[in-house]
Amino acid sequence: MRAYTPKDNVQKKPYYTDRYWVAPQVAKHDVSSDAVFTDDLEAIKAQFDVLEAYIQVDQMVVIINAADNFGVIEMLKNERAYNQLSEMSAIDWLADEGKFEIFYQMLSMSKRKRLRIKCKIDEKESIQSVEKLFRSADWSEREMYDMFGVIVNNHPFMKRILMPDDWEGFPLRKTYPLQGDEFAAWYEVDKIFGKEAREIIGPENRDPARIDRYDTERFARLGHEVPRGTDISNGEPDTPLVYQESEGVFMIEKFDAEKSVVISDRDR
Amino acid sequence: MAQHQVNYLKDGGLPVALTTIDKVVNWGRSNSLWALTYGLACCGIEMMASGASRYDFDRFGTIFRASPRQAELMVVAGTLTKKHAEFIRRLYDQMAEPKWVISMGSCANTGGMFNTYATVQGVDRVIPVDLYLPGCAPRPETLQYGVLMLQQKIRRESASRAQKPKRLM
Ligand code: SF4
Repeated sequence: MRAYTPKDNVQKKPYYTDRYWVAPQVAKHDVSSDAVFTDDLEAIKAQFDVLEAYIQVDQMVVIINAADNFGVIEMLKNERAYNQLSEMSAIDWLADEGKFEIFYQMLSMSKRKRLRIKCKIDEKESIQSVEKLFRSADWSEREMYDMFGVIVNNHPFMKRILMPDDWEGFPLRKTYPLQGDEFAAWYEVDKIFGKEAREIIGPENRDPARIDRYDTERFARLGHEVPRGTDISNGEPDTPLVYQESEGVFMIEKFDAEKSVVISDRDR
Repeated sequence: MAQHQVNYLKDGGLPVALTTIDKVVNWGRSNSLWALTYGLACCGIEMMASGASRYDFDRFGTIFRASPRQAELMVVAGTLTKKHAEFIRRLYDQMAEPKWVISMGSCANTGGMFNTYATVQGVDRVIPVDLYLPGCAPRPETLQYGVLMLQQKIRRESASRAQKPKRLM
Protein backbone atom coordinates (compact mmCIF):
# COMPACT_ATOMS: atom_id res chain seq x y z
CA MET A 1 0.00 0.00 0.00
CA ARG A 2 1.24 3.45 -0.80
CA ALA A 3 1.95 5.86 2.03
CA TYR A 4 -0.89 8.29 2.57
CA THR A 5 -0.02 11.91 1.83
CA PRO A 6 -2.55 14.55 2.77
CA LYS A 7 -3.89 16.22 -0.36
CA ASP A 8 -5.22 19.29 1.41
CA ASN A 9 -1.81 20.91 1.79
CA VAL A 10 -0.04 21.20 -1.53
CA GLN A 11 3.02 22.95 -0.16
CA LYS A 12 3.65 20.46 2.61
CA LYS A 13 6.45 18.03 2.06
CA PRO A 14 8.61 16.06 4.47
CA TYR A 15 11.71 18.19 4.21
CA TYR A 16 13.25 16.48 7.23
CA THR A 17 12.67 12.79 7.64
CA ASP A 18 15.02 11.80 10.46
CA ARG A 19 12.65 10.27 13.00
CA TYR A 20 14.92 11.07 15.96
CA TRP A 21 15.04 14.73 15.02
CA VAL A 22 13.12 17.10 17.24
CA ALA A 23 12.10 20.48 15.86
CA PRO A 24 13.82 23.21 17.87
CA GLN A 25 11.50 25.31 20.00
CA VAL A 26 12.15 28.77 21.34
CA ALA A 27 12.13 28.56 25.13
CA LYS A 28 9.01 29.89 26.88
CA HIS A 29 9.41 31.61 30.22
CA ASP A 30 6.93 32.41 32.91
CA VAL A 31 5.45 35.90 32.82
CA SER A 32 6.32 36.44 36.48
CA SER A 33 10.00 36.69 35.49
CA ASP A 34 9.36 40.24 34.21
CA ALA A 35 7.77 42.88 36.45
CA VAL A 36 6.45 45.13 33.64
CA PHE A 37 4.79 42.27 31.81
CA THR A 38 3.34 40.89 35.04
CA ASP A 39 1.55 44.21 35.58
CA ASP A 40 0.32 44.31 31.99
CA LEU A 41 -0.97 40.75 32.20
CA GLU A 42 -2.79 41.50 35.47
CA ALA A 43 -4.47 44.45 33.78
CA ILE A 44 -5.62 42.30 30.87
CA LYS A 45 -6.79 39.50 33.17
CA ALA A 46 -8.87 41.93 35.21
CA GLN A 47 -11.13 42.62 32.21
CA PHE A 48 -10.74 39.77 29.72
CA ASP A 49 -10.19 36.04 29.53
CA VAL A 50 -6.59 35.04 28.94
CA LEU A 51 -6.14 31.54 27.54
CA GLU A 52 -2.37 31.43 27.81
CA ALA A 53 0.50 33.82 28.46
CA TYR A 54 4.25 33.39 28.38
CA ILE A 55 7.45 35.22 27.53
CA GLN A 56 9.39 34.25 24.43
CA VAL A 57 12.55 36.07 23.29
CA ASP A 58 11.86 38.90 25.78
CA GLN A 59 8.38 39.48 24.39
CA MET A 60 5.18 38.60 26.13
CA VAL A 61 2.72 36.51 24.13
CA VAL A 62 -0.89 36.67 25.29
CA ILE A 63 -3.46 34.38 23.75
CA ILE A 64 -7.02 35.67 24.07
CA ASN A 65 -10.46 34.98 22.70
CA ALA A 66 -11.01 36.36 19.21
CA ALA A 67 -14.06 38.34 20.33
CA ASP A 68 -11.95 40.38 22.76
CA ASN A 69 -9.37 41.58 20.28
CA PHE A 70 -10.61 45.16 19.98
CA GLY A 71 -11.10 45.57 23.72
CA VAL A 72 -7.70 44.19 24.66
CA ILE A 73 -5.84 46.31 22.14
CA GLU A 74 -7.79 49.41 23.06
CA MET A 75 -6.99 48.87 26.71
CA LEU A 76 -3.30 48.24 25.99
CA LYS A 77 -3.13 51.39 23.90
CA ASN A 78 -4.98 53.75 26.22
CA GLU A 79 -4.04 52.43 29.65
CA ARG A 80 -0.82 50.45 29.24
CA ALA A 81 1.07 52.78 26.85
CA TYR A 82 1.46 50.29 24.01
CA ASN A 83 1.28 53.05 21.47
CA GLN A 84 2.32 51.31 18.28
CA LEU A 85 0.94 48.40 16.31
CA SER A 86 4.03 47.44 14.41
CA GLU A 87 2.73 44.36 12.63
CA MET A 88 -0.34 42.23 12.29
CA SER A 89 -1.36 39.40 10.05
CA ALA A 90 -2.64 35.85 10.08
CA ILE A 91 -1.07 32.39 10.15
CA ASP A 92 -2.66 29.52 8.29
CA TRP A 93 -3.26 26.51 10.58
CA LEU A 94 -6.19 25.26 8.51
CA ALA A 95 -4.65 21.86 7.75
CA ASP A 96 -3.80 21.15 11.40
CA GLU A 97 -6.70 22.59 13.35
CA GLY A 98 -8.98 24.31 10.85
CA LYS A 99 -8.20 27.76 12.23
CA PHE A 100 -6.40 30.97 11.41
CA GLU A 101 -4.18 32.50 14.04
CA ILE A 102 -4.29 36.31 14.06
CA PHE A 103 -1.45 38.12 15.76
CA TYR A 104 -0.97 41.75 16.73
CA GLN A 105 2.58 42.83 17.44
CA MET A 106 2.62 45.88 19.74
CA LEU A 107 5.38 48.17 20.92
CA SER A 108 5.53 50.52 23.86
CA MET A 109 8.02 53.30 23.24
CA SER A 110 8.01 54.54 26.84
CA LYS A 111 8.34 51.10 28.47
CA ARG A 112 10.62 49.79 25.71
CA LYS A 113 8.66 46.55 25.60
CA ARG A 114 7.05 44.52 22.86
CA LEU A 115 4.14 42.18 23.29
CA ARG A 116 2.10 40.05 20.98
CA ILE A 117 -1.62 39.43 21.18
CA LYS A 118 -2.82 36.24 19.50
CA CYS A 119 -6.20 34.78 18.87
CA LYS A 120 -7.65 32.03 16.73
CA ILE A 121 -10.64 32.13 14.43
CA ASP A 122 -12.35 29.56 12.23
CA GLU A 123 -11.96 29.63 8.49
CA LYS A 124 -15.29 31.32 7.79
CA GLU A 125 -15.25 33.50 10.89
CA SER A 126 -14.51 37.21 10.69
CA ILE A 127 -12.72 39.45 13.15
CA GLN A 128 -13.21 42.97 14.46
CA SER A 129 -11.08 45.68 12.86
CA VAL A 130 -8.62 47.64 15.00
CA GLU A 131 -8.24 50.33 12.36
CA LYS A 132 -10.02 52.82 14.65
CA LEU A 133 -7.18 52.45 17.14
CA PHE A 134 -4.18 52.17 14.86
CA ARG A 135 -4.11 53.50 11.32
CA SER A 136 -1.39 51.01 10.50
CA ALA A 137 -3.98 48.26 10.75
CA ASP A 138 -5.75 49.66 7.69
CA TRP A 139 -3.40 48.21 5.10
CA SER A 140 -2.38 45.25 7.26
CA GLU A 141 -5.98 44.10 7.52
CA ARG A 142 -6.49 44.56 3.81
CA GLU A 143 -3.39 42.52 3.17
CA MET A 144 -4.63 39.86 5.56
CA TYR A 145 -7.85 39.69 3.60
CA ASP A 146 -5.97 39.66 0.30
CA MET A 147 -3.56 36.91 1.26
CA PHE A 148 -5.66 34.71 3.59
CA GLY A 149 -9.27 35.61 2.93
CA VAL A 150 -9.90 36.64 6.53
CA ILE A 151 -12.80 39.10 6.49
CA VAL A 152 -12.44 42.02 8.88
CA ASN A 153 -15.59 43.65 10.27
CA ASN A 154 -15.99 47.43 10.39
CA HIS A 155 -13.02 48.07 8.17
CA PRO A 156 -13.55 51.28 6.13
CA PHE A 157 -12.30 49.88 2.81
CA MET A 158 -12.29 46.08 2.77
CA LYS A 159 -10.69 45.41 -0.58
CA ARG A 160 -7.68 43.55 -1.95
CA ILE A 161 -4.47 45.52 -1.66
CA LEU A 162 -1.75 43.63 -3.57
CA MET A 163 -3.49 41.25 -5.94
CA PRO A 164 -5.87 42.53 -8.65
CA ASP A 165 -9.46 43.07 -7.56
CA ASP A 166 -10.77 40.24 -9.74
CA TRP A 167 -8.25 37.71 -8.42
CA GLU A 168 -9.50 34.33 -7.29
CA GLY A 169 -7.93 32.55 -4.35
CA PHE A 170 -5.83 33.65 -1.42
CA PRO A 171 -2.14 33.20 -2.19
CA LEU A 172 -0.64 32.86 1.29
CA ARG A 173 -2.87 29.98 2.29
CA LYS A 174 -0.95 26.74 2.52
CA THR A 175 -3.33 25.15 0.05
CA TYR A 176 -2.47 27.70 -2.65
CA PRO A 177 0.19 26.37 -5.03
CA LEU A 178 3.27 28.57 -5.32
CA GLN A 179 3.12 28.64 -9.10
CA GLY A 180 -0.56 29.45 -9.09
CA ASP A 181 -3.72 27.56 -9.85
CA GLU A 182 -5.35 27.47 -13.26
CA PHE A 183 -6.93 30.89 -12.81
CA ALA A 184 -3.56 32.44 -12.00
CA ALA A 185 -1.76 30.69 -14.84
CA TRP A 186 -4.12 32.13 -17.45
CA TYR A 187 -4.95 35.40 -15.71
CA GLU A 188 -3.25 37.82 -18.09
CA VAL A 189 -4.26 35.89 -21.22
CA ASP A 190 -7.90 35.67 -20.15
CA LYS A 191 -8.03 39.30 -19.19
CA ILE A 192 -6.33 40.80 -22.24
CA PHE A 193 -7.18 38.47 -25.10
CA GLY A 194 -10.03 36.39 -23.76
CA LYS A 195 -10.30 32.70 -22.99
CA GLU A 196 -10.27 31.66 -26.64
CA ALA A 197 -6.66 32.90 -26.93
CA ARG A 198 -5.39 30.26 -24.51
CA GLU A 199 -4.68 27.78 -27.29
CA ILE A 200 -2.83 30.31 -29.44
CA ILE A 201 -0.61 31.67 -26.71
CA GLY A 202 -0.05 28.36 -25.00
CA PRO A 203 0.71 27.42 -21.42
CA GLU A 204 3.35 29.17 -19.37
CA ASN A 205 6.89 27.94 -19.67
CA ARG A 206 7.90 27.51 -16.06
CA ASP A 207 11.46 26.46 -16.92
CA PRO A 208 13.29 29.70 -17.71
CA ALA A 209 16.46 27.84 -18.70
CA ARG A 210 14.68 26.05 -21.52
CA ILE A 211 15.72 27.22 -24.93
CA ASP A 212 15.00 25.62 -28.26
CA ARG A 213 18.33 26.20 -29.90
CA TYR A 214 17.04 25.24 -33.35
CA ASP A 215 13.93 27.42 -33.31
CA THR A 216 14.65 30.03 -35.97
CA GLU A 217 11.00 31.00 -36.28
CA ARG A 218 10.99 32.88 -33.00
CA PHE A 219 14.65 33.52 -32.22
CA ALA A 220 17.87 34.47 -33.88
CA ARG A 221 21.07 34.01 -31.96
CA LEU A 222 23.21 37.12 -31.85
CA GLY A 223 26.19 36.65 -34.09
CA HIS A 224 24.56 33.65 -35.78
CA GLU A 225 21.66 35.28 -37.51
CA VAL A 226 20.00 33.39 -40.34
CA PRO A 227 16.85 34.17 -42.30
CA ARG A 228 13.66 33.34 -40.47
CA GLY A 229 12.68 29.70 -40.49
CA THR A 230 15.99 28.32 -41.80
CA ASP A 231 16.83 24.77 -40.78
CA ILE A 232 19.99 24.99 -38.68
CA SER A 233 20.17 21.45 -37.37
CA ASN A 234 23.46 21.07 -39.26
CA GLY A 235 24.98 24.22 -37.80
CA GLU A 236 24.69 27.80 -38.91
CA PRO A 237 27.20 30.23 -40.42
CA ASP A 238 29.20 32.45 -38.11
CA THR A 239 28.46 36.11 -38.56
CA PRO A 240 30.72 38.42 -36.58
CA LEU A 241 29.07 40.84 -34.16
CA VAL A 242 28.94 44.27 -35.77
CA TYR A 243 27.66 47.56 -34.51
CA GLN A 244 26.84 48.72 -38.01
CA GLU A 245 26.42 47.14 -41.40
CA SER A 246 29.82 46.58 -43.02
CA GLU A 247 28.95 48.51 -46.16
CA GLY A 248 28.19 51.58 -44.06
CA VAL A 249 24.90 53.25 -43.39
CA PHE A 250 23.17 55.98 -45.30
CA MET A 251 24.13 59.40 -43.91
CA ILE A 252 25.90 57.92 -40.89
CA GLU A 253 29.61 58.14 -40.52
CA LYS A 254 31.37 55.02 -39.42
CA PHE A 255 33.36 55.21 -36.24
CA ASP A 256 37.08 55.07 -36.95
CA ALA A 257 39.21 54.17 -33.96
CA GLU A 258 42.30 55.57 -35.75
CA LYS A 259 40.84 59.05 -36.01
CA SER A 260 39.41 59.23 -32.51
CA VAL A 261 41.12 61.08 -29.68
CA VAL A 262 41.73 59.26 -26.44
CA ILE A 263 41.74 61.52 -23.42
CA SER A 264 44.22 60.00 -21.02
CA ASP A 265 44.60 62.98 -18.71
CA ARG A 266 41.32 63.12 -16.85
CA ASP A 267 42.15 66.36 -15.01
CA ARG A 268 42.84 68.23 -18.21
CA MET B 1 -6.29 56.44 -66.15
CA ALA B 2 -3.34 55.35 -68.27
CA GLN B 3 -4.17 52.67 -70.84
CA HIS B 4 -0.65 51.37 -71.22
CA GLN B 5 1.14 49.09 -68.83
CA VAL B 6 3.95 50.74 -66.89
CA ASN B 7 6.85 48.44 -66.23
CA TYR B 8 8.33 49.91 -63.13
CA LEU B 9 11.16 47.43 -62.96
CA LYS B 10 12.30 48.31 -66.46
CA ASP B 11 11.68 52.00 -66.41
CA GLY B 12 13.47 52.52 -63.14
CA GLY B 13 11.49 55.20 -61.44
CA LEU B 14 9.33 53.85 -58.72
CA PRO B 15 11.39 51.02 -57.19
CA VAL B 16 14.47 53.20 -57.15
CA ALA B 17 12.58 56.05 -55.62
CA LEU B 18 11.02 53.67 -53.07
CA THR B 19 14.38 52.26 -52.07
CA THR B 20 15.67 55.72 -51.49
CA ILE B 21 12.60 56.66 -49.51
CA ASP B 22 13.01 53.47 -47.55
CA LYS B 23 16.56 54.44 -46.74
CA VAL B 24 15.71 57.97 -45.75
CA VAL B 25 12.77 56.92 -43.62
CA ASN B 26 14.69 54.11 -41.98
CA TRP B 27 17.61 56.42 -41.34
CA GLY B 28 15.22 58.71 -39.53
CA ARG B 29 13.51 55.93 -37.63
CA SER B 30 16.62 54.08 -36.59
CA ASN B 31 18.38 57.17 -35.33
CA SER B 32 15.59 58.75 -33.37
CA LEU B 33 14.34 55.79 -31.37
CA TRP B 34 12.43 57.49 -28.63
CA ALA B 35 11.91 55.06 -25.82
CA LEU B 36 9.02 54.86 -23.43
CA THR B 37 10.27 54.88 -19.85
CA TYR B 38 9.28 51.49 -18.59
CA GLY B 39 11.36 50.69 -15.55
CA LEU B 40 9.38 48.05 -13.66
CA ALA B 41 12.03 46.78 -11.24
CA CYS B 42 15.79 46.68 -10.68
CA CYS B 43 16.53 46.52 -14.45
CA GLY B 44 15.01 49.99 -14.61
CA ILE B 45 18.03 51.28 -12.69
CA GLU B 46 20.34 50.04 -15.44
CA MET B 47 18.06 51.55 -18.05
CA MET B 48 18.24 54.90 -16.24
CA ALA B 49 22.03 54.56 -16.07
CA SER B 50 22.09 54.04 -19.84
CA GLY B 51 20.20 57.26 -20.28
CA ALA B 52 22.40 59.26 -17.92
CA SER B 53 25.63 61.06 -18.77
CA ARG B 54 28.17 58.27 -18.43
CA TYR B 55 26.60 55.99 -21.02
CA ASP B 56 24.76 58.80 -22.78
CA PHE B 57 21.93 57.33 -24.81
CA ASP B 58 21.21 60.67 -26.45
CA ARG B 59 24.11 60.26 -28.85
CA PHE B 60 22.21 57.39 -30.49
CA GLY B 61 19.12 59.54 -30.69
CA THR B 62 17.42 57.50 -27.99
CA ILE B 63 15.58 59.85 -25.69
CA PHE B 64 13.27 58.62 -22.97
CA ARG B 65 9.72 59.90 -23.22
CA ALA B 66 7.07 59.71 -20.55
CA SER B 67 4.17 59.29 -22.94
CA PRO B 68 3.41 56.29 -25.18
CA ARG B 69 2.15 58.70 -27.86
CA GLN B 70 5.65 60.11 -28.30
CA ALA B 71 7.51 56.84 -28.12
CA GLU B 72 8.25 54.14 -30.65
CA LEU B 73 10.45 51.90 -28.56
CA MET B 74 9.35 50.20 -25.39
CA VAL B 75 12.19 48.94 -23.20
CA VAL B 76 10.45 46.61 -20.76
CA ALA B 77 12.98 46.74 -17.94
CA GLY B 78 11.96 44.58 -15.04
CA THR B 79 9.45 42.16 -13.61
CA LEU B 80 6.02 42.22 -15.15
CA THR B 81 3.39 41.21 -12.62
CA LYS B 82 0.06 39.75 -13.62
CA LYS B 83 -1.69 42.76 -12.16
CA HIS B 84 0.30 45.04 -14.45
CA ALA B 85 0.02 42.94 -17.63
CA GLU B 86 -3.20 44.67 -18.61
CA PHE B 87 -1.58 48.10 -18.43
CA ILE B 88 1.52 47.18 -20.42
CA ARG B 89 -0.78 45.97 -23.18
CA ARG B 90 -2.77 49.19 -23.03
CA LEU B 91 0.37 51.33 -23.20
CA TYR B 92 1.71 49.23 -26.05
CA ASP B 93 -1.54 49.71 -27.94
CA GLN B 94 -1.33 53.45 -27.39
CA MET B 95 2.06 53.72 -29.05
CA ALA B 96 1.89 54.81 -32.68
CA GLU B 97 3.08 52.47 -35.42
CA PRO B 98 5.82 51.63 -36.17
CA LYS B 99 6.87 50.42 -32.75
CA TRP B 100 9.43 48.07 -31.33
CA VAL B 101 9.87 46.31 -28.01
CA ILE B 102 13.08 45.37 -26.22
CA SER B 103 12.62 42.90 -23.41
CA MET B 104 15.39 43.69 -20.96
CA GLY B 105 16.56 41.19 -18.36
CA SER B 106 15.60 37.70 -17.31
CA CYS B 107 12.37 38.79 -15.67
CA ALA B 108 10.99 40.36 -18.80
CA ASN B 109 12.28 37.51 -20.98
CA THR B 110 11.00 34.53 -19.02
CA GLY B 111 9.81 35.61 -15.61
CA GLY B 112 13.35 35.04 -14.36
CA MET B 113 13.72 33.95 -10.78
CA PHE B 114 10.11 34.81 -9.99
CA ASN B 115 8.66 31.42 -10.73
CA THR B 116 5.47 32.28 -8.86
CA TYR B 117 1.77 32.85 -9.29
CA ALA B 118 2.06 36.63 -9.52
CA THR B 119 4.60 37.10 -12.32
CA VAL B 120 3.98 36.95 -16.05
CA GLN B 121 6.37 34.31 -17.39
CA GLY B 122 7.82 36.48 -20.14
CA VAL B 123 6.38 39.69 -21.59
CA ASP B 124 6.07 37.97 -24.96
CA ARG B 125 2.91 36.39 -23.58
CA VAL B 126 1.32 39.83 -23.72
CA ILE B 127 3.13 41.96 -26.30
CA PRO B 128 5.31 41.04 -29.31
CA VAL B 129 9.02 41.40 -28.55
CA ASP B 130 11.74 42.30 -31.05
CA LEU B 131 14.86 41.81 -28.99
CA TYR B 132 15.59 39.89 -25.80
CA LEU B 133 18.50 41.07 -23.69
CA PRO B 134 19.92 38.41 -21.37
CA GLY B 135 21.19 39.29 -17.92
CA CYS B 136 20.05 40.06 -14.42
CA ALA B 137 20.37 42.96 -14.81
CA PRO B 138 21.95 43.56 -18.23
CA ARG B 139 24.60 46.24 -18.03
CA PRO B 140 24.04 49.54 -19.87
CA GLU B 141 26.51 48.36 -22.53
CA THR B 142 24.17 45.47 -23.27
CA LEU B 143 21.22 47.77 -23.64
CA GLN B 144 23.17 50.06 -25.91
CA TYR B 145 24.34 47.14 -28.00
CA GLY B 146 20.74 45.97 -28.13
CA VAL B 147 19.61 49.35 -29.42
CA LEU B 148 22.34 49.27 -32.09
CA MET B 149 21.13 45.79 -33.09
CA LEU B 150 17.59 47.09 -33.26
CA GLN B 151 18.76 49.95 -35.47
CA GLN B 152 20.22 47.42 -37.89
CA LYS B 153 16.96 45.51 -37.80
CA ILE B 154 14.99 48.65 -38.57
CA ARG B 155 17.28 49.52 -41.47
CA ARG B 156 16.65 46.08 -42.95
CA GLU B 157 12.90 46.54 -42.82
CA SER B 158 10.72 48.07 -45.48
CA ALA B 159 9.65 51.54 -44.52
CA SER B 160 6.02 50.90 -45.33
CA ARG B 161 5.61 48.23 -42.70
CA ALA B 162 3.15 50.45 -40.91
CA GLN B 163 0.47 48.72 -42.94
CA LYS B 164 1.18 45.35 -41.37
CA PRO B 165 1.49 45.79 -37.64
CA LYS B 166 3.04 42.96 -35.68
CA ARG B 167 0.52 40.78 -34.03
CA LEU B 168 0.76 38.35 -31.23
CA MET B 169 -2.40 36.61 -32.35
S1 SF4 C 1 16.15 40.52 -14.44
FE1 SF4 C 1 17.17 40.73 -12.45
S2 SF4 C 1 17.73 42.92 -12.35
FE2 SF4 C 1 16.17 42.70 -13.94
S3 SF4 C 1 14.21 43.09 -12.95
FE3 SF4 C 1 14.56 40.88 -12.90
S4 SF4 C 1 15.54 40.51 -10.93
FE4 SF4 C 1 15.71 42.70 -11.34
